[in-house]
Amino acid sequence: MGKKVLIAGALTALGFVICYPVIYLISGSFMGNGELGEGLSPILKNGGGFVAWHVIPLFPTLKNFVELLLDSPEFFVMFWNSVKITAGVLAGQLILGAPAAWGFAKYRFPGRKLLFGLYVLLMILPFQVMMLSQYLVLDELHLLNTHLGIILPAVFSTFPVFIMVRFFDGVPDQILESAKIDGAGAFQIFWSIGLPLGAGGIISALVLSFLEYWNLVEQPLTFLKDPALWPLSLYLPNIDLNDAGIAFTSSVVTLIPAVLVFFCGQEYLEQGIVASAVKE
Amino acid sequence: MKRFRIRRGQRAGILFVLPSLLGVAWFLLLPFLDVVARSFLGAVNGEWVGISNYQTIFSNEAFRLAAGNTVKFAVVCIPLLIVISLLISVGLTHFGRKLGFLKSAFLLPMAIPVASVALIWRLLFHSQGIVNGLMEQLGGNPVDWMNSPAAFWVLVLTYLWKNVGYDVILWMAGLSAIPYSIYEAAEVDGAGSWKCFTKITLPNLKPTLYTITVLSFLNSFKVFREAYLVGGAYPHDSMYLMQHLFNNWYRDLSMDKMAAAAVVVAVVIFLVMLCFQRIWARED
Repeated sequence: MGKKVLIAGALTALGFVICYPVIYLISGSFMGNGELGEGLSPILKNGGGFVAWHVIPLFPTLKNFVELLLDSPEFFVMFWNSVKITAGVLAGQLILGAPAAWGFAKYRFPGRKLLFGLYVLLMILPFQVMMLSQYLVLDELHLLNTHLGIILPAVFSTFPVFIMVRFFDGVPDQILESAKIDGAGAFQIFWSIGLPLGAGGIISALVLSFLEYWNLVEQPLTFLKDPALWPLSLYLPNIDLNDAGIAFTSSVVTLIPAVLVFFCGQEYLEQGIVASAVKE
Repeated sequence: MKRFRIRRGQRAGILFVLPSLLGVAWFLLLPFLDVVARSFLGAVNGEWVGISNYQTIFSNEAFRLAAGNTVKFAVVCIPLLIVISLLISVGLTHFGRKLGFLKSAFLLPMAIPVASVALIWRLLFHSQGIVNGLMEQLGGNPVDWMNSPAAFWVLVLTYLWKNVGYDVILWMAGLSAIPYSIYEAAEVDGAGSWKCFTKITLPNLKPTLYTITVLSFLNSFKVFREAYLVGGAYPHDSMYLMQHLFNNWYRDLSMDKMAAAAVVVAVVIFLVMLCFQRIWARED
């Protein structure tokens, strides 16, 4: 019994340590500039000693939130950029990816195996491999330095298709057969049987995509020259620590949508992770 | 008649796939083939230069540094991640629902935007940051984390922190697929918990190990985000990764080197995947 308590204790401690950075972030966002400046003085002024941090702020204040929300127009621009890019990618993946996944899962057309293999291959290539090719396409289409240039290649990412195929595979063929006998067309079957029964897979894919594209760094860094177009993920790290209050508060505000999606969609996230397993 | 209808019915699948396929071809596949072709062409005049671009990058010192770091990173991180996440998931499975909230705790870093992480990391790993403050209190010597070879280990830690939840989920799915009756039978035969673990749990997890290795390998290419946001475009040598090099070449418009290196990375990834597949296929 003692051993069991020990294991539970160790696991809980580890879980706590893993979440601790988030606690830092949240506590920092409620600190005034005075307290932050004092705590961070070893970094800011190159003074002696080490960063001192009170997890519960000595003088909690909402001043930073107020300042960020009322008095930082550039923050809103970046926030809106992030929303635009993420929403565009998710919508595109849903509209083009879901039918493609349905086609791969439920039809045996000539060349299916080859094409699906191609999708898997393209899925595993990291950005560094695709960077130059994406530049060439975007240059040709005059999409460099535009949001569309970030959104379009991401829409055709093959990973969400792969996840959705996994789930559509589980839709029983008998239902489709009987719908066909009742005279339903191919699109009607997809729309009124495939989509509702595969909804879990679609949501899983979208949750994974959201976490990925809300967090986008490499693509905007490479293809967006104009800082006014940058998403939050590029803007945040460039905030001077002298503005620590704003840095912390904007980090927390960036965090909120991701954490909301995480907690609302955790079940789907877990299913999506399991489905991402490459078994072939 | 019936046969014909089935075949025609199956062809409708192409219509579902087609819109996505056109985009994939246009935005991913054809440009990549273009890059493969360019890797054999000169940068300035576009003339055929054979493998000279490849010779250039392999004798390029930055390329060797980046490739070495990237390989070292994968070799250190992946086994560590696999073992740690296995231990956690075996522990969590023992407690069932009671520690369910911990699963969320391990998974949470996946949702934390890298940019927010970067801010915290600056406080934690600054030479006068929180970690060094703690170390001094405990009687250790402060380390200049970001400007010494220790930077590599900060990156390793970041990768583990970020990915442990992902792998825990995969392991737990694998564990839950092992029928409980096997354990009961073993217990009747008097097997202890260590014996159960090595003789039942581990062998049954082999397929899961394959998927986890593959996915951890692919996720290890994403660590550049953290490296860039924490260390900037020119971090300490020990965490200079492939993506940093690509970014620098991109800035210099060295298309020929980028093309050759992209092909090399792609080929290496395929070879590694093929190796994994072979190893597992032989064991089955």
